[in-house]
Amino acid sequence: MAEIAIETHDLGKRYTLGVSGRGYGTLRESLVEAVKKPLRRGSRSQEQPNQLWALRDLSLTIENGEVVGLIGHNGAGKSTLLKILSRITEPSAGYADVSGRVGSLLEVGTGFHPELTGRENIFLNGAILGMRRSEIRARFDEIVDFAELDKFLDTPVKRYSSGMSVRLAFAVAAHLEPEILLVDEVLAVGDASFQRKSLAKMSEVAQAGRTVVFVSHNLAIIQALCKRGILLERGEVQADGTVNHVLDRYLAELERASEADLVEREDRDGRGWRQTLLKRVEMIDSGGQANAVIGGRPAKLIVEVTELMPGLECRATIANSLGQPIATLDSEISAPADARDPELGPLIECEIPTVPMLPGRYRIDVVVKANGVYQDGLQGATFFDVEPGVMEGRPMPSHGSEGSVAFPHSWRLPP
Amino acid sequence: MLKPMETETPQSLAAIELPVAPETIRLQPSRGFSRVLSPPELWRYRDLALQIAMRDITIRYRQTALGGAWAILQPIGFMVVFSLIFGNVAGISSNGLPYPLFSLGALVPWVFFANSMLLGSESLVSNAALVSKIYFPRIFIPAGPIVAGFVDLAISTVILLAIAVIWGYPPGVAILTLPLLIAIAAAAALGVGSALAAINVRFRDVKYVVPFAIQLWLFITPIVYANSSIDQPWRTISAINPMVGVVEGFRWATLGTGDAPWTLIGISAASAVVLFVAGLAYFDRVERSFADFV
Repeated sequence: MAEIAIETHDLGKRYTLGVSGRGYGTLRESLVEAVKKPLRRGSRSQEQPNQLWALRDLSLTIENGEVVGLIGHNGAGKSTLLKILSRITEPSAGYADVSGRVGSLLEVGTGFHPELTGRENIFLNGAILGMRRSEIRARFDEIVDFAELDKFLDTPVKRYSSGMSVRLAFAVAAHLEPEILLVDEVLAVGDASFQRKSLAKMSEVAQAGRTVVFVSHNLAIIQALCKRGILLERGEVQADGTVNHVLDRYLAELERASEADLVEREDRDGRGWRQTLLKRVEMIDSGGQANAVIGGRPAKLIVEVTELMPGLECRATIANSLGQPIATLDSEISAPADARDPELGPLIECEIPTVPMLPGRYRIDVVVKANGVYQDGLQGATFFDVEPGVMEGRPMPSHGSEGSVAFPHSWRLPP
Repeated sequence: MLKPMETETPQSLAAIELPVAPETIRLQPSRGFSRVLSPPELWRYRDLALQIAMRDITIRYRQTALGGAWAILQPIGFMVVFSLIFGNVAGISSNGLPYPLFSLGALVPWVFFANSMLLGSESLVSNAALVSKIYFPRIFIPAGPIVAGFVDLAISTVILLAIAVIWGYPPGVAILTLPLLIAIAAAAALGVGSALAAINVRFRDVKYVVPFAIQLWLFITPIVYANSSIDQPWRTISAINPMVGVVEGFRWATLGTGDAPWTLIGISAASAVVLFVAGLAYFDRVERSFADFV
């Protein structure tokens, strides 16, 4: 068995940014390009203005049996690297040597056909993920058991709830036995108990000596599963080493980025339409101090955007320092106390009567929409500290206690 | 670059499962022809090819009230309209055959060809989720509708033969040429369909051109009229349209009348091979960029 599973050498991937912004131009543009092309020969190194290197000069060696977490901001090149390694797209420069059968879980449920039944989809999806028909047949019962869907096997998948189809998809994927497994952000699915089950399955795979390359925004999962971490930044390797070392580096970088002007940040979510951008995100305590609040006291989340647009909505996810979400504040789920204030300007405010959190450092990921259209999203838009306070008369433990949540409670004890 | 600190993974476990040393694949920018025309690669993914074909067969008529009857309803519908307009009103010569039978004999292979090409040209875009998430030889995608079309073609051919027998035109030995004729139609459909599918990835104009082009193509193919009603040399030259040989051959093979149109079949077969090779070659050239554009 080869010692090295994946070796890349000066790997690069260049994307041409289409004029339409969606990657394909018109027939006419392309004909014009074709005429121009011979004139440009010989000046290949010349930089084209509308070209973007999603990966650049990437040289990595991943040994057999290593479980590697890829870490980085949006647009750092993590998904592009996985796409090249799984042969979905070709590199534009350099090469990658891959030894062994590659299985990729780039999106759970890819290739499900809604008209086909659960049973038919297991075979189709298994084949898509690279399993032989005989392998699928051998593991069929296991897959069905794992998905807990035996009663619905002969029902078309379009009648499944989203939770059911995700369970089925993950069950198929989890029973894949490739030598190299590429995983992109797939564990954030299903209900809590299914997530636990999926995570257990993943760590089983990780411990069975398979090579796994893992991408997730949930740093706690990366920390739990991976031994080695690789931090990518603008398509280049920034740090490579033990997962803890690399995570520390990444978190420090994330904090540094949140201090910069938000409008300037380049790690925005690629799905946003960007007609309005996040400009300022702050957690303010009752005294007006930014990004340091006291547990048990009121606070206010302020989100400023560049353009005032009709129907602005905001969703803020508060995560602990490892990126594990602990709460989501979502204006689209409305309550009677919510109001639209014409005087407010391009500003969204969220009142928090009591901060129900234990002391520590927290991160806020923010998404804004306008009339239901996704506009902009930033992970780690800001960081804030919670200082120890008092919750309903009970002092909070200071830093280092277990958990993140402080809830009001009282005891009754025997004398 | 830092090396990982801990590497005490139980390699023995994996080694037991994998008696054969895995081969190494080099992924790099490629030039020229590479993947589609590589039989080992196609063979390696044979299970997926089978599953995609099965899927296309299964979903074709799922949740339709009439199901597989659609395979024959489409040619029959054309036959009725053509018989009324061209057979009765326009009085077009049908080589002495009853006009409905004359047109149905041509419509059966035509509908197979037209549907294969139409569905093939849309296939990459409608399977965008698959193409942008998973690697496999992309040619399976436009080939799927053709395989599914074989099922329809089998049903409609059997019904055509039954009608012909009832009408008093039993087929002769010529029926043995059907596989050859079907192969010509399939090769042409795959060549044209896959090239159109590849162009469709970049330019969605294809979506508007194809249905229109298929209608025109129907009229330059001797379906409502007989090839023999065209003057020479065009009668023979027209066979560079591969469907000319297929359609005339199908009539001869299933209705058991007239002379064997071997010249037409020969020219059409050659033309189909050219379309097949050219279509696949183009597909192969652009295949690697599908995921970036679709």
